[in-house]
Amino acid sequence: MEGERVVVVGTSTGGLAAMQVLLKGLAKEFPWPLVVVQHRSKEQGSELCKYLQRCCRQGVTEPEDKEPIVAGGVYLAPRDYHLLIERGNFALSTEAPVYFARPSIDVLFESAADAYGGGVVGVVLTGANGDGARGLARIKAAGGMAVVQDPLTARAPEMPRAALDAAAADRILPLEEIAPFLNRLGRAAAR
Amino acid sequence: MAEGPTQGAEEQLEEIETGLLLEGVFRNYGADFRNYAPASLRRRIRESVQREGVGTISGLQAKLLHDPACLERFLYTLSINVTSMFRDPAFYLAFRTKVVPLLRTYPFVRIWHAGCSTGEEVYSMAILLQEEGLYPRCRVYATDMNPVVLRKAREGIFPLASMQEYTSNYMLAGGKAFFSDYYTAQYEHVIFKPSLKENLVFSEHNLVTDGSFNEFHVILCRNVMIYFNKTLQKRVHNLFYESLVMFGVFGVGNKESLRFTPREAEYEELDAGNRLYRKVR
Repeated sequence: MEGERVVVVGTSTGGLAAMQVLLKGLAKEFPWPLVVVQHRSKEQGSELCKYLQRCCRQGVTEPEDKEPIVAGGVYLAPRDYHLLIERGNFALSTEAPVYFARPSIDVLFESAADAYGGGVVGVVLTGANGDGARGLARIKAAGGMAVVQDPLTARAPEMPRAALDAAAADRILPLEEIAPFLNRLGRAAAR
Repeated sequence: MAEGPTQGAEEQLEEIETGLLLEGVFRNYGADFRNYAPASLRRRIRESVQREGVGTISGLQAKLLHDPACLERFLYTLSINVTSMFRDPAFYLAFRTKVVPLLRTYPFVRIWHAGCSTGEEVYSMAILLQEEGLYPRCRVYATDMNPVVLRKAREGIFPLASMQEYTSNYMLAGGKAFFSDYYTAQYEHVIFKPSLKENLVFSEHNLVTDGSFNEFHVILCRNVMIYFNKTLQKRVHNLFYESLVMFGVFGVGNKESLRFTPREAEYEELDAGNRLYRKVR
């Protein structure tokens, strides 16, 4: 697993618009897998995935259990499952919701930190609850990088604020600057 | 970001401790979690370490080996998965429209619901079969590895608070009556009608260690194999294949498929979107 990277993104209220901005800004040759948990009701169908697909050059998919994680792939956690990351593949779980959420951002982030250690970039965007804060702290503790949307630019500032309280962020950025920052990281690593 | 080995000393130690714990539990009690999917297993082990107040995984191992009550709690933590009645209503709707007509051609139908947990989906199936007039000639074998969840499943008592969600699921699943006709509410719980239990057989069965016990026309194993690693998934896929009659129906969870499994070529899709397959070879 040396040198392997994964970007994990968590968002809730306001996330649809925010994800649109982030995905549109992502370079086509972005070299790492990007995995998103967007809080969603369990009744929703696959519309969210289709919607995000339209703003993304890479194509967004909802992973199946044990699906290999492919570099450059953009993945969305399916409704009513926790999405976990193992070394090289995804895993799903129907364990109880964590703080009322399934998928839970903490569950994704913590499993990413376990599997990819210092190779994880965690991104917390707009949201109206504290999910993701614990996971982001775990990512930092494992040597990864924490990026948080500037709460002043977030439609719902609670989630970024909770993340900033829990983990020392490497970058606090307005939404529009997050994708360019990730692109720069990706390009620097490719060199 | 830290360059070099991404697995720190702490993670490595945790992995060693986890391996030892699973080996110890297996050798002492015969409960085999060695081929469970690591990410979810890690969460549950950490949860147990916290709940038992033992500080480390090695501490949990010691307590597990010397205290059977601790083992029981551990097994419960590992086997409880939160499900609901008519989970993924579209699956049950597809079962009604695509599987029921096939089942009508059999004089007697055996269904195996593997990994039934607390039974919500088993009662859902009983209701569906009753509405389709098939239930009298069906027998549903509902199995789980854990006697505690099986006891709950056998009781058929569920929280009243869930009924609103289940009613909505039931209707989306093509329900033909009033959902409330199937249960009696008492205080904070509901109990399902005894007639639904008539052809249900609950029994302990461990997919990791036990073999086939009958030949079935339908096998449902939804959101169970997601907790297994690929090695164990292969074993279980073989077990199900061998336990199905020719043209028998196999149903898995919404985000599971037969892709990359050893028996993929022996099934055809009955309803790919709803993960219903039919054994054809």
